[in-house]
Amino acid sequence: MREMNNLPRDVQLSMYENMLKQRFLDEKVVELYKKGLIQGIAHPCLGQEAVAAGVIANLSREDLVVSNHRGHGHSLAKGVSERAMLSELLGKETGMCRGFGGSMHSSDMDCGVVFSTAIVGGGIPLAVGVALALKMDKKPNCVVCFFGDGACNTGAFHEGLNMAAVWRLPVVFVCENNQYAVSTPITKSTAGHIYLRGEGYGIPGQLVNGMKVLDVYEASSIAIARAKRGEGPTLIECETYRYTGHGPYDIGLDYRTQEEIDRWKSRDPIPSFEQKLISQNLATTQELQGIRDQVRRRVEEAVQFAQSSAYPPTKQLSDHVWAK
Amino acid sequence: MESIREALAEEMRRDPKVFVIGEDVGQYGGTFKATKGLVQEFGPERVIDSPLSENAIIGAATGAAIMGYRPVAEIMYMDFLNECSDQLINHLSKLHFMTGGKLKVPVVIRTQYSLGRNTGAQHSQFFPAFLMNTPGIMVAVPSTPADAKGLLKTAIRGSNPVLFVESAVLYASKGEVPEGEFLIHFGKADVKLEGSDVTVVAVSRMVKEAIAAANVLSSEGISIEVIDPRTLIPLDMETIVSSVKKTGRLVTAEDCVKTAGVGAEVIARTMELAMGHIEDVQRVASPDVPAPFSPPLQDAYMPGKNAIVETVKKMMRRSLTS
Repeated sequence: MREMNNLPRDVQLSMYENMLKQRFLDEKVVELYKKGLIQGIAHPCLGQEAVAAGVIANLSREDLVVSNHRGHGHSLAKGVSERAMLSELLGKETGMCRGFGGSMHSSDMDCGVVFSTAIVGGGIPLAVGVALALKMDKKPNCVVCFFGDGACNTGAFHEGLNMAAVWRLPVVFVCENNQYAVSTPITKSTAGHIYLRGEGYGIPGQLVNGMKVLDVYEASSIAIARAKRGEGPTLIECETYRYTGHGPYDIGLDYRTQEEIDRWKSRDPIPSFEQKLISQNLATTQELQGIRDQVRRRVEEAVQFAQSSAYPPTKQLSDHVWAK
Repeated sequence: MESIREALAEEMRRDPKVFVIGEDVGQYGGTFKATKGLVQEFGPERVIDSPLSENAIIGAATGAAIMGYRPVAEIMYMDFLNECSDQLINHLSKLHFMTGGKLKVPVVIRTQYSLGRNTGAQHSQFFPAFLMNTPGIMVAVPSTPADAKGLLKTAIRGSNPVLFVESAVLYASKGEVPEGEFLIHFGKADVKLEGSDVTVVAVSRMVKEAIAAANVLSSEGISIEVIDPRTLIPLDMETIVSSVKKTGRLVTAEDCVKTAGVGAEVIARTMELAMGHIEDVQRVASPDVPAPFSPPLQDAYMPGKNAIVETVKKMMRRSLTS
């Protein structure tokens, strides 16, 4: 952790802001969902913000991200605007996919977000293809694929990891192990250790405290550098936790305890990072408060924008089945 | 088979973004030799031998297509398409739509069905109707070398996912192929044989069977019009309807299982579009049974010339008595 203390201030503040963006937006998602303004399904990443912020701080705009159903944070951290995201969540034509995709199917190639998929594990083969294209193009970039603990038991996970390893592709696999796949705890479903699952394919694995953004930053910087040097994939398992249930409608007390939730909340990545920034004189309390206010204002403004935006006209219903 | 190889080579020469990916497609040339010679000309970076991971093959092809490439993936047997259902149906076919038209995924998936080769139930099935029921993927079913070449070139140059289903039994068949560049538009059926009494819409291997049936029937004074749709999505109903308006009778002929097969859709659409003009409809198809192995069972299982002849004759007899 020695180098991380020398991490430039602006990088650290940027990660802080990214975590806040994710936190405030997904808190807003829970609120809007409960009011019936967001329909269907959405999966908040509350509690997991350090993973997206820490990994993506290492990426340039030209590096790419493939995400999953719990992907609002990945997109926001990569640069998708709050407006584009909230409009999409409300199904408006100003959304990043014109309202056609919703929470779980999003894309913004200008920001390097290839696709968030709702199929658990489905992003892994896609990320392999993206990495294949990067390698064929001889580009100096990499792709990061985010998925959860549930995905590690899919066939797609194993097929994708093997393929990435045998072709030495520039992809970093990041597992956000939040301990549960819907209601199923990893202790009941997942044999062995997730971060060791790549070893069978010659893929180095790293277990990381996903509640510490600097730990995530450090581990992913090593993996991303490896990928960009052409040395192939890495599997990073970030131990983290989601404060909501699988969706925004409950907090999962059917299968876990309040005591467990509180235990993880005491390790919340945001206040602990604030304390670190202040104690190391990297920022003042007022400065951090200023960032908080700014992010909250942007989220509120984005909600207004999304609510006042129009839905896509119904006559456009069949417009995007075929590409021209 | 040569026509498919020619189409691949021509398109790979024309566009450096076109690449082939699949199992055993490189040095081995593909299980059916469709890619023979390609790795020698284009190198292993453009003719990629893949691990045995159909779902990942299609997923990787999709990811590469998002990045601007034009992959032509080979799935060895149509039955194995079930291995990649998730990437094919949940991702490839819907990505353009889910992203509000932003992402394009020009992936061509070449596959073949082996009904007729005694390969058994897991290596014989022809089920393009499954894909007709999921919007977002075009389906081509060529029956001649010329159609195969023209359709494959069009598929590769297009902007949409295409499932290109070849009949393995037809690989050895011969036919005239035009010299030089030629493309065949999707959604354009071909009247393989003109006739006046019954419209026969035949798919893939059944096109030849229908033409053979036409020869038998003409000696009995019955004239059938054989239409080869060539693509099932998009489906050229204009040609089919205009034929049915002429004949008043429709027979569909396919290697699919009858229930919910291609014929079911063709007949439903024809009824919707030409209700007052149709007197009789029948489907010739495999029975609702998996493909048996034992050769005489397989032969009895497969629809063919005789089934078409019998169906048409019965139809004409019904016509006479009504």
